[in-house]
Amino acid sequence: MKGARGKGLGARAGESAPVLRAVSWLVYAFLYAPIVVLVVFSFNAERQTAVWKHFTFDWYRVLFRDELIGHAVVNSLLVGVMATVVATVIGTMAGLALARHGFRGKRVTISLLYLPVIVPEIVVGAALVSLFGFIAMRLSLTTVILAHVAFSISYVALVVRARLAGFDRSLEEAAMDLGANRWQTFWWVTLPLIAPGVMSGALLVFTLSIDDYIITSFVAGPGATTLPLQIYSMVKTGVTPEINAVSTLLLVVTIGLIAAAQRLETARR
Amino acid sequence: MSPTWLVLGLLFLVPLVIMLWLSFQHRGLYGGIEPGPTLANYVRSFESGYAIIYARSVWIAVATTVICLLVSYPVAYYIALKARPERKNLLLALVVIPFWTSFLVRTYAWMFILRDQGVINSLLMSLGVTHEPLPLLYTPLAVMIGQVYAEVPFMVLPIYASLEKLDRSLLEAARDLGASAAAAFWRVTAPLAMPGTVAGIVLVFIPSLGTFITPDLLGGAKGMLVGNLIQNQFGPALNKPFGSAVAMTLTVFVLALLWAYAAWARRRGEEVVL
Repeated sequence: MKGARGKGLGARAGESAPVLRAVSWLVYAFLYAPIVVLVVFSFNAERQTAVWKHFTFDWYRVLFRDELIGHAVVNSLLVGVMATVVATVIGTMAGLALARHGFRGKRVTISLLYLPVIVPEIVVGAALVSLFGFIAMRLSLTTVILAHVAFSISYVALVVRARLAGFDRSLEEAAMDLGANRWQTFWWVTLPLIAPGVMSGALLVFTLSIDDYIITSFVAGPGATTLPLQIYSMVKTGVTPEINAVSTLLLVVTIGLIAAAQRLETARR
Repeated sequence: MSPTWLVLGLLFLVPLVIMLWLSFQHRGLYGGIEPGPTLANYVRSFESGYAIIYARSVWIAVATTVICLLVSYPVAYYIALKARPERKNLLLALVVIPFWTSFLVRTYAWMFILRDQGVINSLLMSLGVTHEPLPLLYTPLAVMIGQVYAEVPFMVLPIYASLEKLDRSLLEAARDLGASAAAAFWRVTAPLAMPGTVAGIVLVFIPSLGTFITPDLLGGAKGMLVGNLIQNQFGPALNKPFGSAVAMTLTVFVLALLWAYAAWARRRGEEVVL
């Protein structure tokens, strides 16, 4: 780099750019203000308007006694865990196969994996409910789990595949040379190496699952209300501080989970 | 590979094929179907009453994309080229974190802010600026705000990636040869950042086309978009064949856009982001 010269849009890191800086701060404010407002007002004693009265935990207390929400949380956890287990196992196999083997139809398989990421959620929901109607399968918690597996396998496969990009195959060959069979090699060598990617994929699936509204709203049967469905029906009947409280809790959980996933993914790269 | 094909085949491809088949059937009583085949659903979906919904969806998606571009470019530029290197990761993370949170919760936050008893109107009325609450919620403006809010990170990240990669000595050369700052930007920086910019446009435009939660919660009854139409036909309207035709139209449109984007990127020898 040569000496200091050039102002405005000619770029140099650390160089002052007051207008750009101000605009960026405004955008950051736009991104965070709604979340901060939501959280702050979950502790506001005033029920009707957005005028600050005084601090309270009341809405959280109401929440913990709300049976509908309790039931929805149980459903969401059940769906989340089941979908995570199934999608992680299948997605990991797909990711491994894609990263290591050249096989016929590999490009088509990659396209297939990208489909759930690309097709609008509303279409996925409509298509799945068409399938369940076609085979006369009653909508229930099972159909919700199947739907969540369908839309999340791809994310696991793509994360695992990315993780394996710089994978040293000689480690596996060494294990085999030393007399390990294929299964032992997988269990003691391959799996520990890809574990961070698998875990981060699993956390991602769990987050997508407990967050999903659109697809779930199509395929959930009576009694299969998940937390987002419950929140949605509450929102539709009117804004209340309880919704702020439950939203705040959901925010904390999802941010925590994804932060953990990110740490795993960047760990020991 | 076969478990993937089995599961994604059964739970993804087969449903799409069934929906394609449904879109050529007649509607039956009480949400049932009468055997077709017929093109009536497709024909009907382009009649004026529904064509306006397509038009509105495209318009909202275009407006969202343009506003996102205007909002995101300065941020991406600032992070990539102006911020101190040690702060880049933090600044990027700050763009992404809101996107980790539930879409539903983020949309609800805007309801809470924009409604008649919401944060903005409470503030304005307590300051005496207005005595009647301003109608902010249930307007196209509200839908646009919610949509831009949800999509901004998808625009910032690819533009940032492009700007970060560009060779800064080219900018210095442009300035040395007498180009003004603006000329250097328009003739050097912007063209070099084009791959990321186009990727961002695609990443924002496509989800905006099929959006459902934002118009449902922030838009009024008059603001129906394609996503709401599909949900309505599968739900209360009990007309799956018609809903299927609309869903297929949306899918084909989205895939065509992606195909065009991939073709453009490949012709330029760029990496295809999606």
